[in-house]
Amino acid sequence: MELLVRVGAVMAAFLVLPLVIGQAEHKVMAHMQGRVGPMYAGAFHGWAQLVADGVKFVQKEDITPREADRTVFRLAPIVALFPYLVVILTLPLGPDLVAQSLDIGLFLVLAVLGIGVVAVLMSAWASANKYSLLGGVRGAAQLLGYELPLVLAAASVAMAAGTLSLPGIVEAWRPWWLIWQAPAALVFFIAGLAEIRRPPFDMPIADSELVFGYMTEYTGLRFAFFLLAEYVGIVVIAGLTTVLFLGGWHGPFADQLGWLWTLLKVAALSFVIIWFRVTYPRLREDQLQRLCWLILVPVSLAQLVLTVAVKSLL
Amino acid sequence: MTVADALLLALGAVAVGSGALVVTSAHLVRSGLYLVVSLGAVAGLYLVLGAELVAWVQILVYVGAVVVLLLFAVMLTRAPIGPSTDLDRPALPAVLIGGGLGAGLAVLFADAFRWVRYPEADPGTAERVGEQIFGAWVLPFEVISILLLSALVGAIVLSRPDVGARSTPEA
Repeated sequence: MELLVRVGAVMAAFLVLPLVIGQAEHKVMAHMQGRVGPMYAGAFHGWAQLVADGVKFVQKEDITPREADRTVFRLAPIVALFPYLVVILTLPLGPDLVAQSLDIGLFLVLAVLGIGVVAVLMSAWASANKYSLLGGVRGAAQLLGYELPLVLAAASVAMAAGTLSLPGIVEAWRPWWLIWQAPAALVFFIAGLAEIRRPPFDMPIADSELVFGYMTEYTGLRFAFFLLAEYVGIVVIAGLTTVLFLGGWHGPFADQLGWLWTLLKVAALSFVIIWFRVTYPRLREDQLQRLCWLILVPVSLAQLVLTVAVKSLL
Repeated sequence: MTVADALLLALGAVAVGSGALVVTSAHLVRSGLYLVVSLGAVAGLYLVLGAELVAWVQILVYVGAVVVLLLFAVMLTRAPIGPSTDLDRPALPAVLIGGGLGAGLAVLFADAFRWVRYPEADPGTAERVGEQIFGAWVLPFEVISILLLSALVGAIVLSRPDVGARSTPEA
């Protein structure tokens, strides 16, 4: 019974949070660009726009290109979505509020996020479209590269906390870590943005050159799956940054309102992710790799040294 | 037969089956994808055996990095959709070597352990693995680190003509 409640809660979060994030993206982007965004669906400020979009996607014809590798093509969106579901399962909301507590949760999260790149390659290759393939190869290079600073930054905070369990890390977190772990937090957030291929790291789907990258040939529900994966990805990266670096449920009245603090921090970070999309132009492929290998990796390595130094002094 | 036994058998069947598909499939990229399934099933085996850390390392390193690198390389060179007819795969020597090795290992294991029942090992948590690696096995660990480091440096030297590999004067 309890298991059912947990799985139900995760599924609900998995379905509701992306809609909230998506609607926030519509509205935040619109207001930053001096327009109003969707206003009609559902009457009040177009709140039902994404529900209407969902209905539209379901009605659309499910097209598979003639030359495509059908099986792989159809599997790819599911493979893209699945890792994020697993990650949501392990994110702690409050002191005892986590769907599945594992003592090496952080490791599980990093391992599972790495599967996303398989989905990118699958969809890119199986589409039998050169724009898709180019996008997929760009995506694979980006995901493989940025996984390194992501893992190193996470390793720093795991070393500081002395545990790989996500609730354990939040438990060990102290406010001064905001300064101590600041470089790692920045590296993690930026590398996380690149992992979910959000602007300014959307080179793999660059719509002005590659149509829509590895998603070019997808329609209807399968395309909606990719979109859903993108929005859940925002929740996951914001959630992980919150849990690892911003102290998760810590805040005034954490005993009663812990879950609210977590959600607030996730919402604030999601806002920043959307803000980035409106603010920065897309990074060119060479700039993207340069940022990863020449800035993020050295910074995260230096952070590891700093973490060890401070930890052994204490 | 317990649940764990059934899971082990099922995952083993998946691993072996998809492993066989890797070498028999005529679809080049699909072979790589079958490898993902096979290695994922092996990670599942580790998980059932209680080696949680090793299982996730398997996913992170093999599925997330090694296979992806492999697929990436195949896609950069040639990646036809549909079966390739010009694959050069000598079946007989491969069957001999693979089958012989598999049978040999099976005999070795059966002979070494017979039907002895061993108590279930403690779960391989990160803490225990860490204590073992940095306690009892620290020397092999360091040796392997140096090996990997030299391989990394070698890769950099090979890929950068301005560092090593002096250009031979032509003709």
